[in-house]
Amino acid sequence: METVEDVLIPETVATAKAAFLLSCPVCHLLVRRPPEASTGLFGRCPRCGETLHLRKPNSIARTWALIIAALIFYIPANLIPITTVTSLGSVQTDTIMSGVIYFIATGMWPIALIIFTASIFIPVLKLLILSFLVISVQRHSGWRPKDRTRLYRIVETIGRWSMVDVFVVTILVALVHLGALANVEPRSGVIYFAAVVLLTMFAAMGFDPRLIWDVKEPEDECEYFPGT
Amino acid sequence: MKNEHLIACHDCDLLHRVSEIPDGMSAYCCRCGALLAQSKRNSVERTLALALAGLFLLILANSFPFLGFKIQGQSRHVLLLTGIRRFYISGMPWLALLVLFTTFIAPLLQILLLMYVLLPLYLGVKFPGMFVLFRWVQKLGSWSMMEVFMVGVLVSIVKLAKMAQIIPDVALFCFMALIFVLAACMASLDPHQIWKQWKTY
Ligand SMILES: [Zn+2]
Ligand SMILES: [Zn+2]
Repeated sequence: METVEDVLIPETVATAKAAFLLSCPVCHLLVRRPPEASTGLFGRCPRCGETLHLRKPNSIARTWALIIAALIFYIPANLIPITTVTSLGSVQTDTIMSGVIYFIATGMWPIALIIFTASIFIPVLKLLILSFLVISVQRHSGWRPKDRTRLYRIVETIGRWSMVDVFVVTILVALVHLGALANVEPRSGVIYFAAVVLLTMFAAMGFDPRLIWDVKEPEDECEYFPGT
Repeated sequence: MKNEHLIACHDCDLLHRVSEIPDGMSAYCCRCGALLAQSKRNSVERTLALALAGLFLLILANSFPFLGFKIQGQSRHVLLLTGIRRFYISGMPWLALLVLFTTFIAPLLQILLLMYVLLPLYLGVKFPGMFVLFRWVQKLGSWSMMEVFMVGVLVSIVKLAKMAQIIPDVALFCFMALIFVLAACMASLDPHQIWKQWKTY
């Protein structure tokens, strides 16, 4: 496989795809591809071993499937309790939302806000943004590609923060385990919730932001600048 | 021109000719604004030192209790692994695995693989599979969630504060230090510089 460090590309700005190059998704190595083949297998990156694709495979279908799966799991994740708290004979079950309400009721606004943002707002926001991006790509939209790419980067970065609630349950069940005096048991809601977080993370990883740009030709006024 | 090379933008596929980037500078995509490459001073030495510190902290943080819980004279001190074990016992092995992976295995692997890649670069020797393993350092990044775990610790402390007495234990401070060390380690890493060595190996 021929790797490309420096190659003569047309004077006008071009994409790697148009220049018949494959860009390794991990190490950014450029590899020349046969001009006739635009899809299919191109083997592995000679430098880091990652599988090479022109675009992430089945990006649209895969992202849709993961979005829908995450939506389905989102329902039990919010309905089924995540913990059961036993304290001196009284038993109380908590869902994600009741945890938020508890913090609001006791006046702990910052914590309520953290939990609400991480567990409810971010998963919904991620699913909405990803659906919007996939639909816009399916409709060959040319609308504000730079802003849509920015939205994708946000989705990619914030996803991990939804795990906060899973970690809270981990710590609670570890600490509060003193028999009849005080005890916290994990409930299956936390599994569904973890599944939502995982599925949305995989959905974001499966989407290829380059599809946003594939509909348009690179603009001539674009000039590169090394360093800022 | 010499020292110029070609990079395709990760997010929009546009090709860029990037010349040698001065230390501490970054190159961004002119079309979508994505970071193309960054150049960092003493990257290898600094990242290696921080990775070593991170390894010690990670081991310490998981060897000692990080929180204590005291109610009516009874108390309990727990490790991070205690919670994972309780998930496992409660019939949630996959959840146990997920938490174990994101808070322990992923950061540990990341540190170990990073050392395996950086040590030979520092010494100027070659280890087998360096570049293939460096790929995993990059891919593990999104699964290492120490800082998210720390927010979980804070929320838990506030949540339990009304119910009982919460005692911060030694390992908690190791966790806090670990987060800063890991963040500094990843910030000082210059992947571009490491990938560039491939030709000379
Ligand atoms: Zn590669
Ligand atoms: Zn770009």
